Amino acid sequence: MTKEQIRDTILEIIGQIIPDEDLSNLKGDVPLREQVELDSMDFLDIIMELRKRYGIEVPESDYTQLATLDGSVAYLDPRMRDL
Amino acid sequence: MSQDWLKDIKSEYDVIVIGGGLGGLTCANMLARGGHSVLLLEQHYNLGGLATWFKRKGHIFDIALHGFPVGMVKTCRKYWTPEIANMIVQLKGIRFDNPQFSFTTTYDREDFTRIMEQRFKIPRENIEGFFNTARNMNFYDGQGMTTREFFEKFFPGRDDVHRMLMESITYANGSTLDDPALTYGIVFSNFMSKGVYTVRGGTDQFIGKMQKELLRNGVDIRTKCLVEKIITKDKKVGGVMVNGKKIRSKSVISNSNLLSTIHKLVGDENFSRSFIEEAKKVRLNNSSCQVYIGIKKGEKIDYIGDLLFTSEAKKFDPQELCSRNTTSRTFSIYYPQTRPGSGMYSIVASSNANYEDWANLSEEEYRNSKKELIQRTLDALEKYVPKIRDKIDYLEAATPKTFQRYTLHLNGASFGTKFEGLKVSMGLPKEILGLFHTGSVGIIMSGWLGAANYGVIVANDVDKFLSTGGVR
Repeated sequence: MTKEQIRDTILEIIGQIIPDEDLSNLKGDVPLREQVELDSMDFLDIIMELRKRYGIEVPESDYTQLATLDGSVAYLDPRMRDL
Repeated sequence: MSQDWLKDIKSEYDVIVIGGGLGGLTCANMLARGGHSVLLLEQHYNLGGLATWFKRKGHIFDIALHGFPVGMVKTCRKYWTPEIANMIVQLKGIRFDNPQFSFTTTYDREDFTRIMEQRFKIPRENIEGFFNTARNMNFYDGQGMTTREFFEKFFPGRDDVHRMLMESITYANGSTLDDPALTYGIVFSNFMSKGVYTVRGGTDQFIGKMQKELLRNGVDIRTKCLVEKIITKDKKVGGVMVNGKKIRSKSVISNSNLLSTIHKLVGDENFSRSFIEEAKKVRLNNSSCQVYIGIKKGEKIDYIGDLLFTSEAKKFDPQELCSRNTTSRTFSIYYPQTRPGSGMYSIVASSNANYEDWANLSEEEYRNSKKELIQRTLDALEKYVPKIRDKIDYLEAATPKTFQRYTLHLNGASFGTKFEGLKVSMGLPKEILGLFHTGSVGIIMSGWLGAANYGVIVANDVDKFLSTGGVR
């Protein structure tokens, strides 16, 4: 996957979890939780979906790296590049 | 011969869930959806744990206090079905009545702000500061401040305001002024975001739909199956003994009370000494008394609110609240629209209670105390529903002993454990590989929403454990 595809995948997953939120104008460098109603359970859903779909395991200590969209892409790139 | 409740059971599963409370049910559902084979064992004949009900003389009584935060809608939609989520409706008439104040509220931030400003004359900035601080509390924040200190900071010396903020939460989860402020902040903010909600159709239909969904996802559900032991060997879980039969599994999730899971189902000898020391420090939360009041068919009750937090105590007093002759109780009024088509009214009065106050009575004292409880409750209700005694055709009471008998919770605990229980609950898998706990712990993982969400959190851990081949 390219970085662009990874970003689209993340947005698609978030869109599934919070279908009522508008994700079209998300800023990449601002924490997601400051831009949309994304609570800690929603965040856990993202982690679970990544495991289910791609077998990617995100340890709890790395959760903070997924706070922003840019951070998520950077974190997932080495793990999803070869998918 | 009695029925074989384990008929045609398999000899091994990926997951065994002990107990069908909302934590266990939600956990089982998530894991079954994820493709794991799941066996759910429940000792009672109904699922639901404390989210339960009983039927007598044409009445259906819901046990759990009917009121949870709006977050339950999202939780049901995501981890159950849209149909279950659609059962949830708002309760708009939340009434407080005690010697310090009396009013009706929608129980949300906007209305509480109005009441605090107009009635209690609190400066706007203190109210805003209080709400914002509460909302920004996280469970990993550490527990420096108590709820009492938190209240004092924004509303110094105002025990009326403290009471308004605390008393209903004490009914909801047993927490008091001495518990960590963050437990209060999280629970209170959940409610304050949009008010109080319940299920239309009643707990029986709600749990019934969950049962259907579990079966659809392939969960093997067995009721009337009491787990006697969780089998462990070399610090690894191997399965359970249930109704005298051994069933193997890769993982076991106990939705039984945390302390009975450790001390009874697993056994202290199977844990490290330091873990048992920690577990011994965990305090159980209090138990409850309830009075179930069935209104005759054809009788009506005027709308007096949905949830009434009432007390004759001059001030908020956690000890009075739990005492055997407390005057502090919540009335849950069930109008016919709760169960559309039924045409029936019922009222459930709930109060907090200590197990010790009820457990050591002689049989006669116990019977009399129950009768007094019922009569005191009707006396109090008379104020809101005149001539209530003429309208009734069914009366019964539950005490901490009743709660213990039906849920098997130690000391009939109705809200799990205090805050320190959360760490012990989450620490179980580090002690015994493949063993997990979910259910009411730590105040924040309590109530319908907390229990269900904790079930999801634990399902994530179990899925991680199983997908990595069950290694540490």
